[in-house]
Amino acid sequence: MLRFVVRRLVGMVFVLFAVSVLTFLVFNVIPNSDPAVRMAGRQANESTIEAIRREWGFDEPLHVQYLTTMEKVLTGDLVSQFTQLNVMDEIAKGLPRTFSLAIGAAIMWMLFALALGLYSALKAGKVADRLLTILALIGISMPVFWVGALMNHYLGFKAGLFPNGGYVPLTEDPVQWAYHLILPWTALSLLFIGFYSRVLRSNVLDTINEDFVRTARAKGLSERRVLLKHVLRNSLIPIVTLWGLDVGAVIGGGAILTETVFSIQGVGQYFGDAIAQLDVPPVLAVTMLVAFFVVLLNAIVDIAYAALDPRIRLR
Amino acid sequence: MATDPASVTPAEVAPAPVPPTEGRPAAGLGPWRLGLRRLRRNRVAIAFGLLFLLLVGAALAAPLWAKHVAHTTPFENHLSDTIERDGETVNVVSFDGVPIGPTWRGEFFLGADPNGRDIMVRLLYGARNSLMIGVAAALVTTILSIVLGLIAGYFRGWVDAVLSRVFDVMWSFPVIILGVALGVSLQLGGLKVGPLEVSGDSLLIPILIIGLVYVPYMARPLRGQVLSLREKEFVEAARAQGAGPLRVMFVEILPNLASTILVFATLLVANAVLLEAALSFLGAGVRPPEPSWGNMIREGVERVATAPHVAIVPGAMLTLTVLALNVFGDGIRDALDPRAKVRMEH
Repeated sequence: MLRFVVRRLVGMVFVLFAVSVLTFLVFNVIPNSDPAVRMAGRQANESTIEAIRREWGFDEPLHVQYLTTMEKVLTGDLVSQFTQLNVMDEIAKGLPRTFSLAIGAAIMWMLFALALGLYSALKAGKVADRLLTILALIGISMPVFWVGALMNHYLGFKAGLFPNGGYVPLTEDPVQWAYHLILPWTALSLLFIGFYSRVLRSNVLDTINEDFVRTARAKGLSERRVLLKHVLRNSLIPIVTLWGLDVGAVIGGGAILTETVFSIQGVGQYFGDAIAQLDVPPVLAVTMLVAFFVVLLNAIVDIAYAALDPRIRLR
Repeated sequence: MATDPASVTPAEVAPAPVPPTEGRPAAGLGPWRLGLRRLRRNRVAIAFGLLFLLLVGAALAAPLWAKHVAHTTPFENHLSDTIERDGETVNVVSFDGVPIGPTWRGEFFLGADPNGRDIMVRLLYGARNSLMIGVAAALVTTILSIVLGLIAGYFRGWVDAVLSRVFDVMWSFPVIILGVALGVSLQLGGLKVGPLEVSGDSLLIPILIIGLVYVPYMARPLRGQVLSLREKEFVEAARAQGAGPLRVMFVEILPNLASTILVFATLLVANAVLLEAALSFLGAGVRPPEPSWGNMIREGVERVATAPHVAIVPGAMLTLTVLALNVFGDGIRDALDPRAKVRMEH
């Protein structure tokens, strides 16, 4: 086990390095105009561009540029060209909001997908199953920012059932925190509920025909026990792996689109605002940090998986 | 709706005894014929496939609608115009900036946007951009994935190691993040490779970006298939006859990947259309005033409180298109390759 962990962590360090190089290439080397001009944003005068060129070392060789960029990101003295605020401070401010959104949504979509997927599998071929399949496909096909905006408008603003966007810290008032996040959680979950419930449904249908399920029934276990202990448990393995990876992807992906619509003011909205202004330093920092986070999470999922299932350590 | 692999009964899978088709030995129906037959039986999938074609047709007919029905262009502002409605004269955009809702007549069929532009016309022209980008990007992904997957799987060794690591690294970025990063970087300076020059607001940029970010999702499974196919007897036979690597890859192995490629390509278009919308929504895709469903939704979301139709219309169109592609893609998967595990994120 220890060997596996060490090997996995060494691999992770290499991927982290490669991720940082790729990010650097995307922003500083892509064959087009002068990177200093790009970094300066849309309205920039000669002297700002010159200052940026010197600060980022754009006239130095590439490996020096890479080191300068990494130093700026990792030591946290990256400054937005647009607001002149420190990028890392802004990201740190947004983190609890983004995590609240992503983790709450992850729990929500898992619970709903479990219930709906299992129900759909048990009713396979019946009207309820077909209806759920259609709903799942619709859920997969809707863009999250559109659903979110309409929910916010009709349920929040018009009907007044929910707050119209905004965020209350968990430490300040847990009830208001959850109340403000219900709509964003739902909007962000829809896609994943659709997707996971369908994966679970087909897994359950595969498992239900296995020999060990027949044996369990034959030895007289109650149907409920067979379903929960034998079928569901075995159908869950692939879903749990997906889940670990998707939480990482959501923090860097779906959350951007959801936060903007509900004005949660987390990392995602910060990123979104920076994109709208074509403000490179925050976009660069968030891109790199999100990829770091995903790589880290993947390693953790792999290690947890190996701890649960010894066969994986042999890979 | 037979979209689930488990609902395909063994009777459907087993080839029925039929007379031999011309020029072929009597081996029953080929996999393609069988797939087509199974697809035809899936009425829902066929219906949604036709719906998608209808949407493509509507997009192609955009200039006709604009010229002969709406009498405007997607860029023309009608801020100070008035229109007859229920016998009254109404402003297209009221004095406090609220645009008119759907009139259900030729002009402003689906209402106007806050700039006084005809939403129906913009929707159709936006469909051209969104669908064109979606299809073209899916094509870019498919071609790159086929070539890279074949090379990695066929040559193995260090070529495979390098390509696989590159895919791993790209995989570490959520697609939206990578798309946005490339979008911001390319929009600011365009792209210059040798004599090739692409300006920052060209539609080629979103096509290339979206085409690129999905490559690992398709190239990896293809590589896996090539790895196992290259050990098969027919490859050995071809090599014994003196076929070189290119011939083995593209003439012997590629046809065996066709069903997987087709399944992926359909679902790729759905994902590419969604990603285009997300990028344009964030401002890293199609640049206004050029319409696309994504930036139309963005404009609508800003005004959702006073004129919700500006957001609802393009979003509904987008959802319908992606739904049609997803249902049709699922149908193709069930008909050709029910075991295929296709997975992409948005």
